[in-house]
Amino acid sequence: MQRDLLIRGMQDILGPEGVISEREQLRSYECDGLMNYRVIPELVVLPETAEQVQSVVKLCYDEGIPFVARGSGTGLSGGALPVESGVLIVLSRLRRILEVDIPNQRVVVEPGVINIWVSQEVAEEGYYYAPDPASQIVSSIGGNLAENSGGVHCLKYGFTTNHVMGAEIVLPDGTMVNVGGGKAADAPGYELLGAFVGSEGTLGIATKITLRIVRKPEAVRTLLAAFKDTEEAGGAVSGIIGGGIVPAAIEMMDSLCIEAVETAVHPGFPRAGAILIVELDGPAAEVEYQFQHTIKVCEENDASEVRIAEDDEERALFWKGRKAAFAAMGRIANDYYVQDSVVPRTELGAVLKRISELGAEYGMRVANVFHAGDGNLHPLVLYDNDVEGEAEKAEALAGDIVFTCLEHGGSLTGEHGIGEDKKKYMPKMFTTEDLDTMQLLRCAFDPHQICNPGKIFPTPRLCGERPGPFRMHPVQQAGLAENF
Amino acid sequence: MATRTKNVSVEDLQNIVGEGHAREAGAGDAVDGVPPSFVVEPGSTEEIAGLMKLANDRDLAVAPRGGGTTMSLGNPPRALDLILGTTRMNAVVEHVPGDQVVRVQSGIRFGDLQERLAGSDQMLGVDPPEAGEGATVGGIVAANSSGPRRYRYGTVRDLIIGITVVLADGTVAKAGGKVVKNVAGYDLSKLFTGSLGTLGVIAECNFRLHPRPETARTVAVELPDTASAGAASQAILHAQIVPSAVELVWDGETRLLTILIEGIPSGVEAQAEAASHILGGFGEVRELADDEAMPSGPPGAGDDAVAVKISAPPAELTGVLDSTLGASSRLGVTPRITGHAGTGVTYVGLSGGEEEARAGVVEELREIWLRRGGSVVVRQASPAFKERVEAWGPIGTRLDLTRRVKDKFDPRGILNPGRFVGGI
Repeated sequence: MQRDLLIRGMQDILGPEGVISEREQLRSYECDGLMNYRVIPELVVLPETAEQVQSVVKLCYDEGIPFVARGSGTGLSGGALPVESGVLIVLSRLRRILEVDIPNQRVVVEPGVINIWVSQEVAEEGYYYAPDPASQIVSSIGGNLAENSGGVHCLKYGFTTNHVMGAEIVLPDGTMVNVGGGKAADAPGYELLGAFVGSEGTLGIATKITLRIVRKPEAVRTLLAAFKDTEEAGGAVSGIIGGGIVPAAIEMMDSLCIEAVETAVHPGFPRAGAILIVELDGPAAEVEYQFQHTIKVCEENDASEVRIAEDDEERALFWKGRKAAFAAMGRIANDYYVQDSVVPRTELGAVLKRISELGAEYGMRVANVFHAGDGNLHPLVLYDNDVEGEAEKAEALAGDIVFTCLEHGGSLTGEHGIGEDKKKYMPKMFTTEDLDTMQLLRCAFDPHQICNPGKIFPTPRLCGERPGPFRMHPVQQAGLAENF
Repeated sequence: MATRTKNVSVEDLQNIVGEGHAREAGAGDAVDGVPPSFVVEPGSTEEIAGLMKLANDRDLAVAPRGGGTTMSLGNPPRALDLILGTTRMNAVVEHVPGDQVVRVQSGIRFGDLQERLAGSDQMLGVDPPEAGEGATVGGIVAANSSGPRRYRYGTVRDLIIGITVVLADGTVAKAGGKVVKNVAGYDLSKLFTGSLGTLGVIAECNFRLHPRPETARTVAVELPDTASAGAASQAILHAQIVPSAVELVWDGETRLLTILIEGIPSGVEAQAEAASHILGGFGEVRELADDEAMPSGPPGAGDDAVAVKISAPPAELTGVLDSTLGASSRLGVTPRITGHAGTGVTYVGLSGGEEEARAGVVEELREIWLRRGGSVVVRQASPAFKERVEAWGPIGTRLDLTRRVKDKFDPRGILNPGRFVGGI
């Protein structure tokens, strides 16, 4: 289809304000939160209703034009990276909270609604929306759903997938389906919702999402403990969890990270080899008992200091320091490369030791800030892009860190997603059979492979069912896929 | 399906699994009255793969079976040649208590696994009623069985973190892993949960575990009427207590809403008091002894000719009760009702009356609860009853997509043909 015809077709659906086609304006959409990859899309469209999303997708399907959905564009794996000669469908104008149903503990939203708005909407009723990715003040629910976002409190409360109860989805052929029970507990049939959440925008576009909201806990207690090194802090983590406690959060930062955070936001953290932030919540009597136990475990693991947040303000300060960690890296290095690997908790000590050795071997600094409770590491490889070869070296080191995590029984990614960034590593974690089996699902949802093509899978498979005379698929034409 | 080529012998199967592990089927192996030819029991994932490859090549209809406790779930099979029993695959492959995860072969009995985990003061947080009848872990996953504690821990889909499956053509594939937090690749563990053996045979599963609570108390309120059932349940749901289960029993003169509180002693004490206080506004409150607490699972086959599961928004509890009692009374059928009131799942056993009357109750309930965003699934009934009332009910807009998923995973339709939604 010719470009001007495509533009006209989109304008017929969305009006002139809903279509961006000027190159300079398109440039604002060339990447998401992962800025190493940039692609300028053919067109950006800004639908305002689910029906418009459906019409846009239908047009793309009829014309065989690939499309990519985008929420707020904060993703860290290039999941919303546009495809060349494709359409970028930006969902941020679908931002209505459609229904608040306190008796059933549900909120129904459009995909462009910002994560934190949900909690704000139900706060007065004593409820909140549990998944809290660090990006929650800007990231959208639709994006959270696509990435199955985590957050610091998912250790106890689970991930986005445990809180999305239903979705209206526009499939890549433009049909609209409802999956999940919504307000009801179970829906007969395949768990299509569970397969859809976390599929990184490759199976369709959610246009209406039913979320579970959670009653605010009666009590919250937070402490910060300082240790000689990450190994001792890791010992405390094992001790707390081994004691049968499921904390709301356990976060760890190493000395390099503490230094950066101190310089950036001055939370007054102790100078230490490692600090832990531990938060417990729930019924008051239980929290109090477990909090005392947690303090004892920290002391038994030779904590040099245990600070207890006496009020909400002090708690907010602890979290401010933690949540500023990524941004604060700018104070101690020009650039950084972040990974998101996960290791079994009992392997943390060995893996951290190996990361430190790898850093020494490469002669590079690696700062560690991570969700210690779930073994989800965020090693930040610090480098200077202006020094020739450093960026490549940083990526190679980051890759070695990933391989180390896999060797210890872990995963490539805990919450950032595979996207464009990590698809090359997928064969290290999965066999060809595993990946081909996953793509059977892809073929059921998106037989023409026009929905966010080229993400997640290093070797996309075509589904071999395009009707009519054989036409070379654009992805195939570009040498990006072989027939399935 | 009538044209299936049954060119398979017990020797063909024994060549794959060994002599002692394939046999001619007996009367007890029939599924909803449909008799299979053979029962075969593989001892490894490789053997499952060999069997599936053979079945696929020769167009044999396969029904995977674990403990055989839930074989009547779904519609009668359209065809059945092989029962593939998994109970020889009963190993705990890996359990690192410090990681609070476990990896098991699918044929392990759920009770055996829980007992093993209890040694580390841990548990898998699902408690389906068939657990006590010898159900296997793989069967519980395939049937998506759940119990009272789903209120706190969720269902299988919330706890399963990895899976190894054998597809219809013998392909062995895995998804997920052994870490709880993991977003690499599609979450096929969830897709296979509740798929009733129609997408592949589950060979291994990995789960997230929880610490075993130290102690428990159960408080219950005697419900004067259906309105107070809904109101009391709502009052508990919106309080700041964290029960493990909020259960309903409405059976003859027994009309109780029971709250199970688990955890450490001081916490349980305080929460049980809070729960009693809340419930006191609705009727007479009493504490239940251990053997009386969580009185029964779903009304089962026993006296009940038909058992259905109603999923509805939890705030509709009174409506679920009224519609069930109303339809039953009008059509002369006796209902027994239990349910997970906190999550909106209600089980109804129907006995007495003509089959036509029982079918009428189910159809009426299905009509009402579909319209109100829920579903009514027939969990247990005679094949004749299922001729009248399809087991799953309509699944709306997702039927076409559901069929496409099935066609991709099992293009020849050899896995449990006819038993699942939409006749797939």
